[in-house]
Amino acid sequence: MQLSLIKHQGCATPFLRHLLDFRVCQTRQRSQGCKIACTVIRHRWMKRAPVFCTHNTTNKMISTQADKENIDMSKFPVERIRNFSIIAHIDHGKSTLADRLLELTGAIATTDKNKQVLDKLQVERERGITVKAQTASLFYKYQGQTYLLNLIDTPGHVDFSYEVSRSISACQGVLLIVDANQGIQAQTVANFYLAFEAQLTIIPVINKIDLKNADPERVEKQIEKVFDIPTEECIRISAKLGTNVEQVLQEVVKRLPPPTFKKEDPFKALVFDSNFDHYRGVVANIALFGGYLSKGDRIISAYLGKSYEVNELGLLRPDEHPTDRLYAGQVGYVIAGMKEVKEAQIGDTLYHQKHLVEAFPGFKPAKAMVFAGMYPMDQSDYSALRSAVEKLTLNDSSVTVQRDSSLALGAGWRLGFLGLLHMEVFNQRLEQEYNASVIVTAPTVPYKAILSSAKLIKEHGKEEITIVNPAQFPDRSVVKEYLEPMVMGTIITPDDYIGKIMSICLNRRAVQKNMVYIDDHRVMMKYLFPLNEIVVDFYDLLKSMSSGYASFDYEDAGYQAAHVIKMDILLNGKPVEELTTIVHKDRAYSAGKAMCERLQDAIPRQMFEIAVQAAIGSKVIARETIKAYKKNVLAKCYGGDITRKMKLLKKQAEGKKKMRYVGTVQVPKDAFINVLKRKDK
Amino acid sequence: RCSYCNNKCSYCNFNKYIPRSDNQDVMLECLQRETETLLKLSQVSRITSVFFGGGTPSLARPSTIAAVLQTVTRHAGLSEEAEVTLEVNPTPVGSSKLEDFLHAGVNRFSIGVQVRLRVLGRDHNSQHALQTVAEARRLCPGRVSVDVMFGRPGQSVASWELELDELLSVCDDHVSLYQLTLERGTQLFRQVQKGQLSVPSDDITAVMYDSARRILQKRGYLQYEVSNFARNGAISQHNMSYWKASQYLGVGPGAHGRFVPRGEGDVCREARTQTLEPDVWLREVQQRSHGTRRRIPLTHLGLLEEVLVMGLRLIDGITHQHWQLFSPRADLYQILSSSSEVQDLQQTGLLILDDRGLRCSWQGLALLDSMLPTLLLLLEAYITQGLDNNSDSLQL
Repeated sequence: MQLSLIKHQGCATPFLRHLLDFRVCQTRQRSQGCKIACTVIRHRWMKRAPVFCTHNTTNKMISTQADKENIDMSKFPVERIRNFSIIAHIDHGKSTLADRLLELTGAIATTDKNKQVLDKLQVERERGITVKAQTASLFYKYQGQTYLLNLIDTPGHVDFSYEVSRSISACQGVLLIVDANQGIQAQTVANFYLAFEAQLTIIPVINKIDLKNADPERVEKQIEKVFDIPTEECIRISAKLGTNVEQVLQEVVKRLPPPTFKKEDPFKALVFDSNFDHYRGVVANIALFGGYLSKGDRIISAYLGKSYEVNELGLLRPDEHPTDRLYAGQVGYVIAGMKEVKEAQIGDTLYHQKHLVEAFPGFKPAKAMVFAGMYPMDQSDYSALRSAVEKLTLNDSSVTVQRDSSLALGAGWRLGFLGLLHMEVFNQRLEQEYNASVIVTAPTVPYKAILSSAKLIKEHGKEEITIVNPAQFPDRSVVKEYLEPMVMGTIITPDDYIGKIMSICLNRRAVQKNMVYIDDHRVMMKYLFPLNEIVVDFYDLLKSMSSGYASFDYEDAGYQAAHVIKMDILLNGKPVEELTTIVHKDRAYSAGKAMCERLQDAIPRQMFEIAVQAAIGSKVIARETIKAYKKNVLAKCYGGDITRKMKLLKKQAEGKKKMRYVGTVQVPKDAFINVLKRKDK
Repeated sequence: RCSYCNNKCSYCNFNKYIPRSDNQDVMLECLQRETETLLKLSQVSRITSVFFGGGTPSLARPSTIAAVLQTVTRHAGLSEEAEVTLEVNPTPVGSSKLEDFLHAGVNRFSIGVQVRLRVLGRDHNSQHALQTVAEARRLCPGRVSVDVMFGRPGQSVASWELELDELLSVCDDHVSLYQLTLERGTQLFRQVQKGQLSVPSDDITAVMYDSARRILQKRGYLQYEVSNFARNGAISQHNMSYWKASQYLGVGPGAHGRFVPRGEGDVCREARTQTLEPDVWLREVQQRSHGTRRRIPLTHLGLLEEVLVMGLRLIDGITHQHWQLFSPRADLYQILSSSSEVQDLQQTGLLILDDRGLRCSWQGLALLDSMLPTLLLLLEAYITQGLDNNSDSLQL
């Protein structure tokens, strides 16, 4: 089985590299006895450097036969190949186990420095992403035979579940890691089901048994109860101390089935990851489902139908190790003159020019689930921000970019993301790596409408349309029904918090689908949520009301009919275009009221009274009033005050030029930012 | 204008200068020297008013005042009717010296009166204040101005009205009405920030201002500027010169002036600021006869902006004749009347533009600062556009 992270690739991998670079620098800093935090300059060579570059030299010295110049890949028939990945909830020890497996098989040196080599970004920790460990081919000797174990990693987060499911089809099994202290968490469940549905063999691994509060027995029972896996199948390990890690490798060989592909078949490979390299173009990670691939072969990508010549191919150990050929069941990389990541879409099929094969099913471009507007803080930064966005999307084709402009915020973009985490990571990279100061608007979700008007259907060429921008929301009169995106949310929590959590779920229009005790006092609840209800602050709220103990994850659950309506915000009767939102009927009042209140605070008082209203059609549902100024005059102004006074007035006059006028009401940009901006956590 | 102060008021962020007996002579010498320098530079022939203010100039020796006035007389004409005002802090010491100041040439007193001011940290109580006002009125009947301040911590509309009523019964013919403003860096600002004190809200101070205006009117004080009221025509000539954009010289540490330095052959008015730190100012005057720290030439537009901003503070506003003195080509109608914003302001009764000129209504005066940015933008647009169209004609 293979899981890859690719889209993530776009997203998580470069991040990871960034981190690594940072780590390297930090180490150096320390060795010089210098404690000053430094800004890390990322060199291109560093970017390209393999994840474990710091250990390269030692690596070579201790490595096994496979490290020698030419590995004859034909020596590894499918019977001696195992493709697997590691899946886990955040912080359950996935990276540490990966480190140990690499050490144990000689892929990297055994040293203390490998501790959390693949450390994670703060945003990733907060949001529960699992950072990708580079795909690594391990050589492992078991009972006199050398096996090729391919560890193919995934982002683990459901935002990327599309890619996960694509790459899972390259694997035959997974190691499901669960923390011996924390037990099963929401993401464990989500990941389990992805693997389970792909009919992969699952080896449960209970990690951190060295912890004082470890209770592996309880966790084994949870696993039995929730996943229906017998307790005796669990392997108890401590990745940190290396306890029983060898057993994990043995079980991988023993329990996981080998791939069933034949090298006699025509060449067929799945792209499960891709990287963009400034000098070499796209580096695609592939799993061979049949045949073999040699240097110089001409291959075709099924999605675009473009043909390429293979310039280089090889194994990832985890750094690139060129070989002459790759055979069915094996996993590696290929460089074939692709210029853009779009040319190596995750899930795409590669085949030999001469032998057309059936492409892998279900290939479709990633679908954006969460949209947000993005604008430069200052319009003069527009072109700098544009180039930053372009660079970032070069490596992450799953971000959809649409130019947008707002009367209040100027020129910007409407960006579509796979999920909230994806958005978070993207924004953070933009800020950290490109030092861009951006305004990100509160996220929205794509609604759908089934049109009833024949004329409109003709116009759109279809009955069902997707609405991303509220301005394009079709009127009720021409619509059969509206649909909103749904997600199946999994919440795992100590039972003390059940009451509170049920009530917030209810408030969010969620429908409970299931609730089971996974042990004496931990509960797993399944709720069907409208995606819109969780995009803004649900996760943070859940965390804070459960003192951090509840975990949450969700997966796409299609669309459902919903009574959604368009809500306008009016200032003295004039609609404010950029504040129009689509809301559920039941939430219109509270959403309208909240918006009016925020505006009331954000718009400064003026010489006349301002009515701030939320309206559905012509019906006003909420109102706040900004009272008129009664006095605004500096009550003293003599000779010594003039200069200061003039300066202040000129500044106000300049500010006035930049005001957005809604009718006669002046709305400062700050007010829009305050109202539209995603609230800080 | 010179700065003296012997205490730090909690609301004051003025330049503070605590005089020492040993440098009073040096100070006098420097004030005289700078006065002389600037008078020559401006080449003015007649001084119509002098204002000793900023801090508490009454801490100076009366002889210092007399000497400065002599310097003025020597280098420019100081007419018999010239208004010579001294700002007085109502302390017992201060009031006993008033007569000496009168003999030194002062003919108008401006007194900061505050009652129940413990929280503000002033070193006098209402008793002293009343005594000082009485003494000043005895010496200069009809030529005493009293400052009153509203918006103080803990003040209510009712208590303010009561207080003002009491004050007016002892006041002379001129009243200056101020709102306490919280200035960054003052003790009061910190106390309010920390929540130890609270000042009345904007809505409350708006009512206080309005009720003060009504009470003053009822008592015969006519408002002639945003914060100034006079009975029996006792308006301050000196302050009028600021609002009418006349020329004035600033002498002493931190003083501001606006005049055309014709002595240097210039034709353009400059905004000038004297060095703020008294010790540095003294040294500079000793070395080069003046302590001018900053000179900013006012552009044509800059000058018109000041004429507009200052002029609209007057109840009579800006007459067409007055405007024409500064802007012979572009009249107020041309600049403003086509703007829909101005039309709105006129329709809502806040601003008046008619054959007399441009001015605020009673209600509009309280909202002046909200209207000024609009007017300034129109002025700027008109003038800069005019420059584009007609660049020769405006190179005056």
